[in-house]
Amino acid sequence: MIELERAAYSYGGGELFTDVTLTLAPGSFHFLTGPSGAGKTTLLKLCYGELIATAGHVRLFGENTRKMDRDRIAMNRRRIGVVHQDCQFLDHLPISENVALPLTVAGRSEEADAYLGELLAWVGLTRQAQQLPPELSGGERQRAALARAIILSPDVILADEPTGNIDWEMSQRLLSLLVELNKLGKTVLVATHDMALIRAAKAQISARVLRLKDRKIQAAEVDL
Amino acid sequence: MSLRERIGSSVALLAGDKQADRAVPPTGFTARLTVFTSAAMAFLAVFVLALSLTAGRVADRWTEQLAQTSTLRISAPDGQIDAQVRAALRVLETTPGVAGARALSDEEQRALLAPWFGPDLPVESLPIPRLIEITETDGGYDTTGLRARLQAEVPGALLDDHARWRAPLVKAAERLRALGFAAVILIAGATAAMITLAAQAALAANAQVIRVMRLVGAKDSYIAGAFVRRFTLRAFFGSTVGVAVSGVAVWLLPELDVAGGILEGIGLSGAEWLWIAAIPILASVVAFAATRAAALRTLGRHS
Repeated sequence: MIELERAAYSYGGGELFTDVTLTLAPGSFHFLTGPSGAGKTTLLKLCYGELIATAGHVRLFGENTRKMDRDRIAMNRRRIGVVHQDCQFLDHLPISENVALPLTVAGRSEEADAYLGELLAWVGLTRQAQQLPPELSGGERQRAALARAIILSPDVILADEPTGNIDWEMSQRLLSLLVELNKLGKTVLVATHDMALIRAAKAQISARVLRLKDRKIQAAEVDL
Repeated sequence: MSLRERIGSSVALLAGDKQADRAVPPTGFTARLTVFTSAAMAFLAVFVLALSLTAGRVADRWTEQLAQTSTLRISAPDGQIDAQVRAALRVLETTPGVAGARALSDEEQRALLAPWFGPDLPVESLPIPRLIEITETDGGYDTTGLRARLQAEVPGALLDDHARWRAPLVKAAERLRALGFAAVILIAGATAAMITLAAQAALAANAQVIRVMRLVGAKDSYIAGAFVRRFTLRAFFGSTVGVAVSGVAVWLLPELDVAGGILEGIGLSGAEWLWIAAIPILASVVAFAATRAAALRTLGRHS
């Protein structure tokens, strides 16, 4: 699905991380952890082509991101659902239209009627469908972002600190949705520094934990 | 990208879809700026076109009318002038290329001088030269030969074939027409610059929209399309309003008959109205090209 081969990323003369080799196999569940500023978000951005590695290679579905033009990257993003900590919505559109945005962009807006109701019910946002994003709580926004990320039934789901702004109960609910998606065969990578969330996930599924520290990536099983 | 693909992508860009357009929130400032600029520029373009087309008509009229006529001026002492006029007419009647010749009456000469000396000028009592109007055939006459004959038979005759003053006037009118079209091009350029600035402001104000659209897999052409369609429609609407207002103003212009009709018929006539109908289309094309270039440039920087 997504492969990083000796990938590095530098900016402003400094190297954020180097020599990162990682393969997200189909159906796998990974956590990416590490201290703030270690480069978790940057590494995720490499995984969906928003940034290009300054050294090494990143392959999305077998294609090297360095050789892709912007249209090709856009097409590949339709196979990757992304959930950010700050969600990033179009604040002037209701939640239903925000969630359906990937379908609209893909020219499949007529399919929204078939999927949207079921999807909003699955994330528990049926009542909030016509509300604007700023009117929703942090947890509701995260669930809406997850619904938007999966409406195209992507192969991979990348979540960047998805529980950063929500309470523990809501974190558990969001985690259970991600676990459910993984059980449906989706590849999941979650960047988080919430160890309790990782332990809760490992109780339910086989998840691999990676730690980004001192500019390197390493397996972190022993810490848990 | 081939020409066909380029045309196809441009058509798709204009056709777009309503859902995509909804992704970009309406921005009041850039909307008003684009509509106002397009309306103002279209208003100016109509007046420039009217002046330019009038200049063209004047140039054509002078070319057509004056090229086929010339004037013979007879200056002679009292008592000889009528004889010289008759002699000149005889010469002209036998000159190949002269379709007709006639001496202007006192009333006609008085009317010619009236703008400078008033209507009550006693033409009969003043030593004013007599004028003979010559109409030429399509082939024209031999000017050198006619001058030679007149010099021999009518010593007081001076032939004016209008070439001396017609050429610079026609040239001036043609330059006026060229300047008019240059002004239209400048107006189109200024419109493009203003719309580019407005589009860039809109794109900068919608950085979050661009980020979200990219995140969910939108191609640059899709994102640009939402902006391009909006600005193209605004330019079309604004320029249509501008053309309508200025069209009415031109239509209501008073008939001017100044300086012997030099400015007569200023405005638009007949098929010339089609020129101003093309202005909203031209404005839309300019807006389309300017916004598309600005959008793709900005999106390129965002990558």
